[in-house]
Amino acid sequence: MKKFLGLALLLSITATLSALGQQKPTAKSSGLAQSMIKGKAVYQQYCLTCHQADGGGVPNLNPPLIKTAYVLGDQTRLINIILKGMSTGVVIDDEEYTNPMPPLNILSDEQVANVLTYVRNNFQNKASAITASQVKAVRAKNK
Amino acid sequence: MKNKTLLFALSSALCLFLFQSVSAQENNNKNTVNAGLTLPNGFEASKIIESAGKPRHIAVTSKGEVYVKLQRLLNGKGILLLSDDDKDGVFTIKTSFGDYTGTGIKIKDGYLYASSDREVFRYKLDAQEHVIDAEHPEKIVTGLVAGRQHQTKSIVLDNDNHIYVNIGAPSNSCQEQDRGVASPGIPGCPLLDSVGGIWRFKADQLNQSYKEGLRYATGLRNVVGLDWNQQDNSLYVMQHGRDNLNSSWPNLYTEKQSAELPSEALYKLKEGDNAGWPYIYYDHIQKKKILAPEYGGDGKKESDKDFLDPIMGFPGHMAPNGLLFYTGKMFPERYRNGAFIAFHGSWNRSPEPQEGYYVVFVPFKDGKPTGKWEVFADGFSGVDKVMSTREAQHRPCGLAQGPDGALYVTDDTKGTIYKISYR
Repeated sequence: MKKFLGLALLLSITATLSALGQQKPTAKSSGLAQSMIKGKAVYQQYCLTCHQADGGGVPNLNPPLIKTAYVLGDQTRLINIILKGMSTGVVIDDEEYTNPMPPLNILSDEQVANVLTYVRNNFQNKASAITASQVKAVRAKNK
Repeated sequence: MKNKTLLFALSSALCLFLFQSVSAQENNNKNTVNAGLTLPNGFEASKIIESAGKPRHIAVTSKGEVYVKLQRLLNGKGILLLSDDDKDGVFTIKTSFGDYTGTGIKIKDGYLYASSDREVFRYKLDAQEHVIDAEHPEKIVTGLVAGRQHQTKSIVLDNDNHIYVNIGAPSNSCQEQDRGVASPGIPGCPLLDSVGGIWRFKADQLNQSYKEGLRYATGLRNVVGLDWNQQDNSLYVMQHGRDNLNSSWPNLYTEKQSAELPSEALYKLKEGDNAGWPYIYYDHIQKKKILAPEYGGDGKKESDKDFLDPIMGFPGHMAPNGLLFYTGKMFPERYRNGAFIAFHGSWNRSPEPQEGYYVVFVPFKDGKPTGKWEVFADGFSGVDKVMSTREAQHRPCGLAQGPDGALYVTDDTKGTIYKISYR
């Protein structure tokens, strides 16, 4: 019985996925879609270990990225968290997160823009994209 | 075609729904039997209290009452005394005191010792082992370094009037840029002067700090679980091994290697020992001490220095937060003098599944393991697989032994305290 259920589940997922796959991407979403794909790759390499696959962070240590003011609010502050890291703890919803984050200024302007766009439009977030020129401007100001 | 697919998807969704209902029922049973834990035959578990803040370490009195150190204040207090006056197995908060948070708590020779992240206090106990003056503890240790990571202080006492305090390093591997990508280690890691080891102080002397204390052992990144083994009169500690082998050194370590390495290592410490952090780590797969990548290692080069060998290596990142040598009579003979270790559960194994969230047992005799480690109490997480750490419902942290020989385990996520007994 369990085996059959597993098979049924697998088939239904496959059917749903192939149905989704048949949808044609609209021209409007493709720029964002590209950013999301590239941003996800950056997230997986540099962010996921600490902020976790679901963006939920780690209790007491690494802050969550789900619907927080740090992710959705001031964009310059957000860009600077990537460029400069974060050595002070943060309090989000009464929980304190204390682990330090190293600066990731080795990332290109485009990589920073993509990963932030990915985070701002994933993990239940919905916010505007961050552009490479925004990142470039913030980086220039820091020099 | 489309309709057929839809019908099929709907019918399989229905099957899935029915299947999930059955699973939910099974889960409910799991949660009520043995408080949701899986234990060896003959053992049983109950929850003595729930929602008791964020309990870290605990100490049980000879009368069976429980002192709990909290990581966050509960109604303004950081220490709870729990008791079960009507003996129904459910404990209530009898009193609470201490306006500081922390991890460490121990009872020894008529005193209750408790730590904040920078200090250690002690309270004189009466014949009932109740604190006589909760408002005026003696401050025996002060001015300890507490950074933004590994800041908690664990404590244990020997039989010669000493208290041992872990001072964790506020650093992953003493890199120039902490947790940075390919950032090198600082030569002659200067942190080790004041952190990254176990310090020893007098148990009865006021206001001691580094000057009055002794750096008993060094080269330990962070220790949360530690205990004094009465059988060989020695200090044993569980080190939290370093993180980020892959994220800091992607060219040297795969994600899978980084999930498994380095070991969470058990050490027996003598005065003057050096376990090697940040220069080396222990690899339980190669069974070797390996040079850290921050100091010229590549995952294979062995350390050329005479650092201390661990007694046992466990898989990486499982976060050993409690260590207890069992001296009770309640559990079967093979558990006597063996080590219980509470693994808080990992986060640094991502993107691989997380590991830990259980209590293990290691059989011991005369200070030496006589067998492999085994999972003793499992099921704290409440889920089959933890991918993201916050999915775990409960996370084991502190361990203590009751006067009857029962084992107590804290959970600092939901504030549950478990009692594990042998029938």
